[in-house]
Amino acid sequence: MTEPSDKQEIQDLPEAVSEPKRRFSIQLVWIIPIVAAIIGLSIAAKAWVDRGETITISFKTGEGLEAGKTKLKYKDVMIGEVKSIAISDDRTHVVVTAEVTKDAKGLMVKDTRFWVVRARISGGNVSGLTTLLGGSYIGVEAGTSKELSDSFIGLESPPAVSMDVPGRQFVLHTDDVGSLYTGSPVFFHRIQVGQVISTDLDRDGKAVTVRVFIKSPYDRFVTTSTYFWQASGVDLTVTPGGVKLNTESMLAVLLGGISFEESASGAVAAPADTAYTLYGTRDEALKNSAASEKFILEFRESVRGLAVGAPVDLRGVTVGEVTNINVVLDPNRKDFSVPVEIQLYPEHLQTQFRKDSGGKMPLPGTAEAHKLLDDLVAHGFRAQIKSGSLLTGQLYVALDFAPDARAGRINWNSSPPRFPTVPGSMEKLQKNLIEIVQRIEKLPLEKLAGDAGQTMRSLDDTLKSADRLLQNMDKSLVPEAKSVLTETKTTLEDVRKTLTEARTTLGGASGVLSADAPVQVDLRDTMREVSRAARSLRVLGDYLEQHPESLIRGKKEGK
Amino acid sequence: MSTADSPIAAGRGLCSCHVCQLVSRSTGTSRGQYCPRCGARLHLRRPGSVQRCWALVIASYILYIPANTLVMMETGSLISYRKDTIVSGVVHLWRTGSWMIAVIVFVASVAIPLLKLFSLTLLLISVQRKSTWHPQQRTRLYRLVEAVGRWSMLDIYVVTLLAALVQLGSLAIVKAGPAAIAFGAVVVLTMLATMEFDPRLIWDPLQKEEFHD
Repeated sequence: MTEPSDKQEIQDLPEAVSEPKRRFSIQLVWIIPIVAAIIGLSIAAKAWVDRGETITISFKTGEGLEAGKTKLKYKDVMIGEVKSIAISDDRTHVVVTAEVTKDAKGLMVKDTRFWVVRARISGGNVSGLTTLLGGSYIGVEAGTSKELSDSFIGLESPPAVSMDVPGRQFVLHTDDVGSLYTGSPVFFHRIQVGQVISTDLDRDGKAVTVRVFIKSPYDRFVTTSTYFWQASGVDLTVTPGGVKLNTESMLAVLLGGISFEESASGAVAAPADTAYTLYGTRDEALKNSAASEKFILEFRESVRGLAVGAPVDLRGVTVGEVTNINVVLDPNRKDFSVPVEIQLYPEHLQTQFRKDSGGKMPLPGTAEAHKLLDDLVAHGFRAQIKSGSLLTGQLYVALDFAPDARAGRINWNSSPPRFPTVPGSMEKLQKNLIEIVQRIEKLPLEKLAGDAGQTMRSLDDTLKSADRLLQNMDKSLVPEAKSVLTETKTTLEDVRKTLTEARTTLGGASGVLSADAPVQVDLRDTMREVSRAARSLRVLGDYLEQHPESLIRGKKEGK
Repeated sequence: MSTADSPIAAGRGLCSCHVCQLVSRSTGTSRGQYCPRCGARLHLRRPGSVQRCWALVIASYILYIPANTLVMMETGSLISYRKDTIVSGVVHLWRTGSWMIAVIVFVASVAIPLLKLFSLTLLLISVQRKSTWHPQQRTRLYRLVEAVGRWSMLDIYVVTLLAALVQLGSLAIVKAGPAAIAFGAVVVLTMLATMEFDPRLIWDPLQKEEFHD
């Protein structure tokens, strides 16, 4: 290709259309990097603003924890993540460094609690099942403090009670923790109203302190007169009244638990952290609850069969028990007396006394209560020993009105107060028996025996004379009687003969008349023959009527 | 005005229409010109090529950061829940023994976009400096960048496919993270930048002449 031809060709080419020059403006394309920069910066800014806080939590073990994977969850919402796990400097625990999201920063206060949530089966419920698949996580419970913190000590087990549940804690002291453990339920009227928070051995190692949490509003039922007992067991008692099986709810039987009850109504609600004694059983709690009063009963009779723990009974209601039995020498009377110490539970007496006091039973130990008891005693209220069971010979102390009791009063000066007694039923019974024996002894038995001998002799005489009389009768009366009898016999024989003959005659008659008598049979045969002859004649007649020719020709064969 | 050994259209005042391929004489003015046949704009060289290319490349650089730092894919199942950035995904694959896949993902999602950006940067700088350094090699590099362009969307393909297919409620779930958008933007922007770049600019310095649109 040469240049001129090239040029020619170029000249032939059409010329582009021109346009007036526009003012130079910045390329719109720069918007793109600007937008990108804005986006990038906003992301960076957001990340900066949202950056979490790094906290450290120390745990005993790092079981189930994984750096970069284990989450921190507050109310099951993820609020952070474990960044690293390291062993503490002293190698006793692990230090978990976690990053908490910005929203949850406010939760990281001094008393915030952390614990590792793993699948666990306890206290009748199964928790953390999701962790079986999703792995453990760190549970967080916000504290109430205002002071922010960034290093915490993790709990080894989940807190039994969440801080935001309203309620109050109480302290129970017991010797034996039984089957209680953290999370065991606390029952009130067999409704679960709380749970055990902790069970700790006391410092001296002699007892156990159990902390319980009672949820609101049930915590108001815990009053100063409340008593707690372990509701764990099955209480089987065999009494004269039958077999008694006492259990709490099945849950408590299986897992253990604590029950409580109010001993006296009207007591004020107890403040939080009030200490109580935790009793083994309800009965024990009842016995030991503060509302009890001790008395001394002095008996002069034998108390064989009365044991410590025997009931004090008021018309069939157990209102107390025997706590101690002693024997003391009474130097004035030169006799032994048996002081029996009893303990009364006024809450049991309450219903009994309500009518008398015209209202509420006064609290034990008060002057009112003493006055009431004095009044009762003035009206003959006494203690006595009664037999509970004739079979076992067990005795119990009964309180009741004894109308014929000698005047007595409660000696409030002695400690414990001395309650007047009347001799028990056993003593009375013994007295009665002795009286009977004495009366029998007094009877004139010898004289009576002499009288009996005389009577016997006269009886003998009488019998002899009777014998004589009979002999006389035999001699004078019998011969005549004999002849009369002989005659009578002859007559009777005649009569019998006549009768026999009559019977024979009647037998012949009956022989003739009876159905199978020969005459009868013959007669029947004859009659039959005659009727047969008559029938033959009739047949002959009929035949001859139809075939008169047969008289001549004879009967045709085959007809 | 022209060199015999390397005849170029622009050197003779000619420009071809991008649409109808009609070659026409340039009016010689610096004002806008139109194709006499189809009316499309005519340029000797793509106007503002370097500037636009720079804009897009810078935008890509900016977006490359969130693409690699933000979460690419969230996978949740009964057993675990994870949020993966591209790099953490590669690390996870590498750790679990899928070395080949880890390498592929790394090359496709981390290396190639970055290399594309570097290549474009290199080209732009060399063009701006009117470098005459290995024009042939640079042209080859440009072609390579252009060819590779759309294929670095591997991550986006995987994530979108999984997100569309794996939606089993609480059993398993796959979600695309915000990095996917950034990453997609990086890929698209680099492709656009490649398109904007006029490879003729690589050769222009050899002419010792300057051509504008």
